[in-house]
Amino acid sequence: MDSALIPEGAKRCSFPKFAIGIAIVSAVILWGAVAMGLIWWKGLNQTNMNDYYGFALWIWADLAIIAVGGGAFFTGLLKYIFKIDELKNIINFAVIIGFICYSSALYILAIDIGQPLRGWFIFWHANVHSMLTEVAFCLSAYFAVLTIEFIPNILENRQANKVPFFNHLAHNMHGVMAVFAATGAFLSFFHQGSLGGVAGVMFGRPFAVREGLLIWPWTFFLFTWSAAAFGPCFTLLVTRITEAVTGKKLVSDKTVHLLAKISGWMIVTYIIAKIIDTIYWAMVTAPSLGFTLSHFYTNNSFYGYWILITEIVLCGVVPGAILIMKSTRENPKLRLMAIILGVIGICLNRWVMVLQIMAVPVMSFDTWALYFPSWQEIATTILPIAYGIILIAVAYRYLPVFPQEKELNSVEPLTEAE
Amino acid sequence: MFPFSFEWAWDIGHAVFFGGFWFAISILGAGMTFCILKAAYDTMNDSGESHH
Repeated sequence: MDSALIPEGAKRCSFPKFAIGIAIVSAVILWGAVAMGLIWWKGLNQTNMNDYYGFALWIWADLAIIAVGGGAFFTGLLKYIFKIDELKNIINFAVIIGFICYSSALYILAIDIGQPLRGWFIFWHANVHSMLTEVAFCLSAYFAVLTIEFIPNILENRQANKVPFFNHLAHNMHGVMAVFAATGAFLSFFHQGSLGGVAGVMFGRPFAVREGLLIWPWTFFLFTWSAAAFGPCFTLLVTRITEAVTGKKLVSDKTVHLLAKISGWMIVTYIIAKIIDTIYWAMVTAPSLGFTLSHFYTNNSFYGYWILITEIVLCGVVPGAILIMKSTRENPKLRLMAIILGVIGICLNRWVMVLQIMAVPVMSFDTWALYFPSWQEIATTILPIAYGIILIAVAYRYLPVFPQEKELNSVEPLTEAE
Repeated sequence: MFPFSFEWAWDIGHAVFFGGFWFAISILGAGMTFCILKAAYDTMNDSGESHH
C-alpha cells in the first residue's frame, strides 16, 4: 500500500500491521490529550502542585528529557566539529531522538505555564535577569536547529528525493550542517547549563545552592557535562530498543562501541566532578548555612541516603566503569545494563534537583513536603513517550535513518519487522 | 524583544540576552536562506544529479 514510500531495498511490515501498532499507541496519546484539554480548560487546579511545588512532575520531565536529548547536540558536535566520521552511522537517529525530546519539552512547558496564550510573553517581555528566560530562548532556538538537522533526512525519503529541488536542498543542507551543529552546541551549552544554574542560585534552598565561577554556580557546568555524558547512553538505549523491536541490526558494533566509550569517559569525568561537588557542598556549603547532611536525607518516608548512593554510585560510577573498560563495554549485556543505569542516573539527578529541593524543610517550623502527581500530570507526562514511539516508527518506516541497515542485514534474509 | 518594545532598555542585560539570541537566529536564518537559494539555483541549472 505504501511501498513506494519505503526506502529502496528495505523490508518493512505490512501497512495494516503498522497501522494497528500506531493506533494502539495513539490511544495513549488520546489519554494524554484528554488530560491536557482538562488542564487548559480548567486550569492548574487539575494538578497536585501547590505552594511547595511550583516545580513538579512536569519540570522534572522537562529537565530529564532535555538531558537525555543531549545526545543529539553532543553526537552532532563530535561528528561535524570534531570530525569523528564513524558517528555518521547513528547521527540521523540521534537527531530524531533529540527532536522528539525537545519538541516534548516545549509541549510540556506549554501546559505548565498555565496560560499558553501568553507563552510568547517570555520572548516579547523578556526578564533578562532570569536563567529561565535564557533557557526559553536557547530551547526554542535549539529546537529550530534540530528541525533543520532533521529536514535533510525527511527530504531523502524515496519519493521526496525525486523532486530536484528537495534533492538539492538536502544536499546543500548537508554541506553546511557543521554551522548548524556548532550553533546547536552553543545553544545547548547554555540552556543545559542554565537549567542547572537555576537550582544552584537558589540561596534560600540550602539543598540546591552552590558556589561557582563568576555568575555561574557549579551546577551550571555539571548539568551541561552530565547531558553530554548521559545523552549518548539514551541514544544507544533507544537504538537497542529499536533493534529489538525490528529484529534487525541497525548500527554496527564499531559505532556503538565508539559512542559507548566516549560516553563512558564523559560519565567518569562527570562523576568525579559530581563527587567533589557533593563532598564540598556537604562539608562546607550546607554547614555554612546552618544545615548538616543528615537534615536532607532523614526524618521522612522517601528521601533517604539511598537516593544519593543510587544516583552517584550505582547509576554513575558503575556505568562509567563498565563503559570505559574494553572487555565490559564490548559485552552486550553489560553495556546494555550500563546504559540503562546511566539513563536512570541522569533522570534521578534531575528528580533530586527539582523535587527533593522542594521537599526539604527550610524553615525551623517546616516539615518535609512530599508530593504525588495527579493523573492529569501523569497522563500528560506519558504522552510524549507515545508520541516518540510513533515518530520513530514513522521515521524508521519511511526514511533512510540507518545508513548501515542494508549492509548489516544482507547476510540473512530480511525479517518482517516494525 | 525589540528596541521598540516599551520595556526595552539599552543595558548590558538586554545586549547579552538578545545579542546572543539574535546572533543564533541570524546564523540559522542565513544558513537556511543560503541552502534554499542555492537549491533553487541548482534546480534551475540542474546537471541531473547531486551527491549526499
